[in-house]
Amino acid sequence: MSQPSALSTNGLSRRKFMAGTVSAAAAAPLLASRAEATAPAAAQPKLRQPVITSLRINKQAYELSLDARTSLLDALRDHIGLTGTKKGCDHGQCGACTVLVDGKRVLSCLSFAVMNDGKDVTTIEGLASTDGKLHPMQQAFIDHDAFQCGYCTPGQIMSGIGCVNEGHAESENDIREYMSGNICRCAAYPNIVAAILQARGETKGA
Amino acid sequence: MRPFVYEQPTDISTAVAIASRFATDDDQPTRANAQFIAGGTNLADYMKLGVAEPNHLLDLNQLKEAALRQIQVTDGGIRFGALVRMGEAADHAEVNRRYPVIADSLRLAASGQIRNMASLAGNVLQRTRCEYFRETSWQCNKRVPGSGCAAMDGFNRQHAVLGVSDACIATYHGDFAQALIALDAVVHAEGGHGARKIPFAKLHRQPRDTPHVETDLAAEEIITAIEVPAIPWARRSLYLKIRDRESYAFALASAAVALDLDGETVREARIALGGVATVPWRAGAAEEALQGKKLDEASAGAAADAAFAGAHPRQHNAFKIELGKRTLVRALLETRDMKV
Repeated sequence: MSQPSALSTNGLSRRKFMAGTVSAAAAAPLLASRAEATAPAAAQPKLRQPVITSLRINKQAYELSLDARTSLLDALRDHIGLTGTKKGCDHGQCGACTVLVDGKRVLSCLSFAVMNDGKDVTTIEGLASTDGKLHPMQQAFIDHDAFQCGYCTPGQIMSGIGCVNEGHAESENDIREYMSGNICRCAAYPNIVAAILQARGETKGA
Repeated sequence: MRPFVYEQPTDISTAVAIASRFATDDDQPTRANAQFIAGGTNLADYMKLGVAEPNHLLDLNQLKEAALRQIQVTDGGIRFGALVRMGEAADHAEVNRRYPVIADSLRLAASGQIRNMASLAGNVLQRTRCEYFRETSWQCNKRVPGSGCAAMDGFNRQHAVLGVSDACIATYHGDFAQALIALDAVVHAEGGHGARKIPFAKLHRQPRDTPHVETDLAAEEIITAIEVPAIPWARRSLYLKIRDRESYAFALASAAVALDLDGETVREARIALGGVATVPWRAGAAEEALQGKKLDEASAGAAADAAFAGAHPRQHNAFKIELGKRTLVRALLETRDMKV
């Protein structure tokens, strides 16, 4: 386990640095719970006390010790290292951070991670099968060249799957309306609509 | 973001009790010591911006009362549990059949992701998106009472023309609320003094000289359900929303309309206006203007004139008066022509 003294980031990539601070922070709740055990009073939640949160992400169980302020997005990216989910505006306006929670598409930037305790989260990393075969929605985005810079793409793909599963991909107009929460600054919209039309028949239950 | 204590009460009375413990008499909503969270699409945003700074965040999603998550259709109407998500209500077959105006108002609001997250009660209680309220370096009477209003002489294109005061012109941006106020919905709430019912029209308060007091709810009070009475003729209803882009934007002007027609003559009209007022806005004068009249372009125009007779524009939002009138005229005529 990295020591907190590894704060000198020389030679460490940002990602490794973040991962290091996570495991260091994970020691904190153990200390806290030991202190609680010796105190006779009933355990009241305290300010700045880390919250233990269990998440099932892409079918794998994680137990995290989190500052209650951590968004689901930051938990995924900075605490678990799943950086496929993107941070665009961080205020619910762009859709880049879209993931599925219990099968429904949501904005991970506007959801505190602790509020997702016990839930099933699917991110872009969880779509392809173990043999590397892409999810039909991923393949359709490639087939239709449905991106340029690619930054919004994980959110577009997760949202596209949600849109199909909700039954709102019946027509091009339907798709445009129900995908309006995902902004693409490269304006690949016609290609995104075409990709979703192609994938809708093969997309069920992500 | 300021640190907070996170708690997950498992029943309504515990949630009320925890909130009561931390509430003070002079609590104003944005600065309240304890605040409730359900979807978080509004509050989490405002916590990131430093507009809302609760010390205690009470997550209502673990409340065990099943009715909070149910849509119940009865002879008396429809009862929406407070924790039902917008997307679920928008897709509900009976909501679409009985009250198109409600389904429209939900479907045209926010985005697919936000509708999956946001609860109905939270949606109704959403705070304004006034740019000067959102950014803490500006003066804002709603955020910091008595500090002034930067919107009055600022860029106020999005701001309200109805229900404004010298202290505040921030728009109420919600859509669902317009359908609810038009249909005489009733809000069920539970608080320190027990359960009560609040007519939807009494839930929100106009800004007057206390714009920071936005609703009739006490700091510890929780909305548990929203009930819409049975109105058989509400099948002839719709919500028309006009905005800068076709989807995923707040209304510049909108109209919720339900009509009881005898041929082309109006027996009763229900009209609410969005995007133009400081609170959900029932246009009573427009409803009266139509009663007993043949509904055509002329009578609809007269009703629209009545609806905006008391409008107070500022430098950049005068266009909302004409836009609001045309939106209402179109909504009335489209509702008249619905095949039901």
